[in-house]
Amino acid sequence: MRVLSLGRWLRAGRVPPREPASRPSGHRHSGHRPQGPPQQKVSVEVLEHLEHLALVDFRDSEGVERLQKAIQFADQLHEVNTDGVEPMDSVLEDRCLYLREDDVTEGNCTKELLENARETVEEYFVAPPGNIPLVKLEGQKTFLQGSK
Amino acid sequence: MAAVLAMVARGCGGVWRRLRQRCAVRPGSGPFPRGERAVACNARGGMMSAGKSGLTPWIPVVGLEIHAQISSNSKLFSGSQVQFAAPPNSLVSFFDASLPGTLPVLNRRCVEAAVMTGLALNCHINKKSLFDRKHYFYADLPAGYQITQQRVPIAVNGSLSYSLCIDNKMSQMVTKTVRIKQIQLEQDSGKSLHDDARSQTLVDLNRAGVGLMELVMEPDMCCGEEAAAAVRELQLILQTLGSSQAVMAEGQLRVDANVSVHHPGEPYGVRTEVKNINSIRFLAKAVDYEIQRQIEELGNGGTISNETRAFDSKLGFMPEPNLPPLILYDAKSLPANMNHQQVINIDWIRERLPDLPSVKREKLVEQYGILPEHSFTLLVWQQDQNCNSRHSNEDGLPEFFENVVKQTQMKPKKVIGWILNDLLSYLKQHSLTVKESPVSSFLLADLLNLLEKKEISSTAAKQVLAELWKGKGKTPLETVKEQKLELLQDQKELEQICQAVIDGQENEVMAIKAGNQKVLNKLIGLVQKKTQGRSNPVLVKQLLEKKLSE
Repeated sequence: MRVLSLGRWLRAGRVPPREPASRPSGHRHSGHRPQGPPQQKVSVEVLEHLEHLALVDFRDSEGVERLQKAIQFADQLHEVNTDGVEPMDSVLEDRCLYLREDDVTEGNCTKELLENARETVEEYFVAPPGNIPLVKLEGQKTFLQGSK
Repeated sequence: MAAVLAMVARGCGGVWRRLRQRCAVRPGSGPFPRGERAVACNARGGMMSAGKSGLTPWIPVVGLEIHAQISSNSKLFSGSQVQFAAPPNSLVSFFDASLPGTLPVLNRRCVEAAVMTGLALNCHINKKSLFDRKHYFYADLPAGYQITQQRVPIAVNGSLSYSLCIDNKMSQMVTKTVRIKQIQLEQDSGKSLHDDARSQTLVDLNRAGVGLMELVMEPDMCCGEEAAAAVRELQLILQTLGSSQAVMAEGQLRVDANVSVHHPGEPYGVRTEVKNINSIRFLAKAVDYEIQRQIEELGNGGTISNETRAFDSKLGFMPEPNLPPLILYDAKSLPANMNHQQVINIDWIRERLPDLPSVKREKLVEQYGILPEHSFTLLVWQQDQNCNSRHSNEDGLPEFFENVVKQTQMKPKKVIGWILNDLLSYLKQHSLTVKESPVSSFLLADLLNLLEKKEISSTAAKQVLAELWKGKGKTPLETVKEQKLELLQDQKELEQICQAVIDGQENEVMAIKAGNQKVLNKLIGLVQKKTQGRSNPVLVKQLLEKKLSE
């Protein structure tokens, strides 16, 4: 299994939406490419794993290529020297976390909540069974394995 | 033996949380044939595989992941009520339903519960801990993520000591320890009901957002028995603290076991997860079953596949941006100008921890001179009661025992026998709690005093107890008088009866004189019969021996 460098987006479990046309690359960074490690391709295992997690179908070579480009784009962040700097989770990091007293102050609004649902059965929300699996297209694995 | 079910979760990137049942083979076949006890751990904690001779032994390794529902009025991040069995979706706030624009607000009580638990389990409490989002898709997780503490949890590096009986007779106990890796606060998910007929899932969010403590135990256990004993002790501790009621049957305590086997000296094997365990007894069985299954599989040249490993990936986590770090204080770091309600002081909580079960047991042993095994049973039975009745912290068996001791001259070591053998079996037979016992501690003490003063024999005492149990309101003394159970105080009369028995049992007398002392018991029995149980067996034995030696 190969190690690869994933951009921060992928660490967050989000995959960039499929958008037509490429962004002008380096439009804010005076066009120079990131210095970091040589570009590596996404491994088949990670790709499948991502598809399961995010319920996204990369479908074809264009999709995978777009993913690669997205990783490349995000890798530009490596240009910034962050040695000795703690990553920031939230702009609230210096605030006090408010603690609430253990009193019952909410709930009992079944009717209102169910109004939002398209389908209900006796005060239960209705969802499709299990989870919506991703239908695998034939030959996709072969394609990924084939690309080097 | 009833069919044993081992459930293995199939995780595909964490998406499938639905559990698949793998039905056990029919009783009599397969790795767990009828009548065969689970493979016992040897003295060093390893396990020798039965059967094929000359092969290297397998060492099983068991780790546990436990989710304990926090005992609180409201949920972890919202003000909706926490309650078992309420109309569907009636205990759900807008935040719990993940409606846009809602934000989490941390419940102070849940933090205190986690700190108490961490302290009781000898953990290091992190003065700064962080919240994260764990993303996965499932119908009962409306937000698409669970708020948890993956990176820096509230407590780490603790330990749990538990006792184990070496044999089945509860006569020898050993103490073992399992390390606690961490304790973290996290949200519970809602409940899904699968309606396969109509191919749909019904979702009830009442449980969504309830506070959980996830306790991760290191793989320091080696078999089902150890896992069960550890969970029992944890349950007892949680109930004593009040941080969780820990009733497994109501889903307040959920245990997942990680099981693997390896040869000594080799690295740990692939581990599988056993989930959906709803009782402690089942936990022991399921773990042992899985160990056996793995041993068989590997013994036949197969491999262990782990379908849930994908779920454990580091992907899908991100910091929770809506919650700043959770800061806890102690006596030294207490801020001067903060509102008390906003401050959680670890030392303050530590000072107010109740006596833990292990401490209670030791105190009983020290104070009353009873055996550790008896002390253990006193508390364990109370725990079972608490599980069944949902009313934890009730005055129970240990208190009853102490009350009897206070009111009687009989030594505690003897009293404990009456509590654990006689009283307990009555309570069990009639499914009663200690509070519901028709025999109060006062009555029992009264009865034991009569016995201690040698006014009645122990057989008579048992008879009286049976009568008292009927709850007719009579005192022990009244019952004794009614049934004429007083011990014969007239020595002469007793001597006469003894003589009569001796005269009537020539053969036995000859046997005794020839050296067979055991036959003496028969004579004692006959005297007892003649006196209708009203003779003191010790005295009778003395008299008989005296007469026979003449």
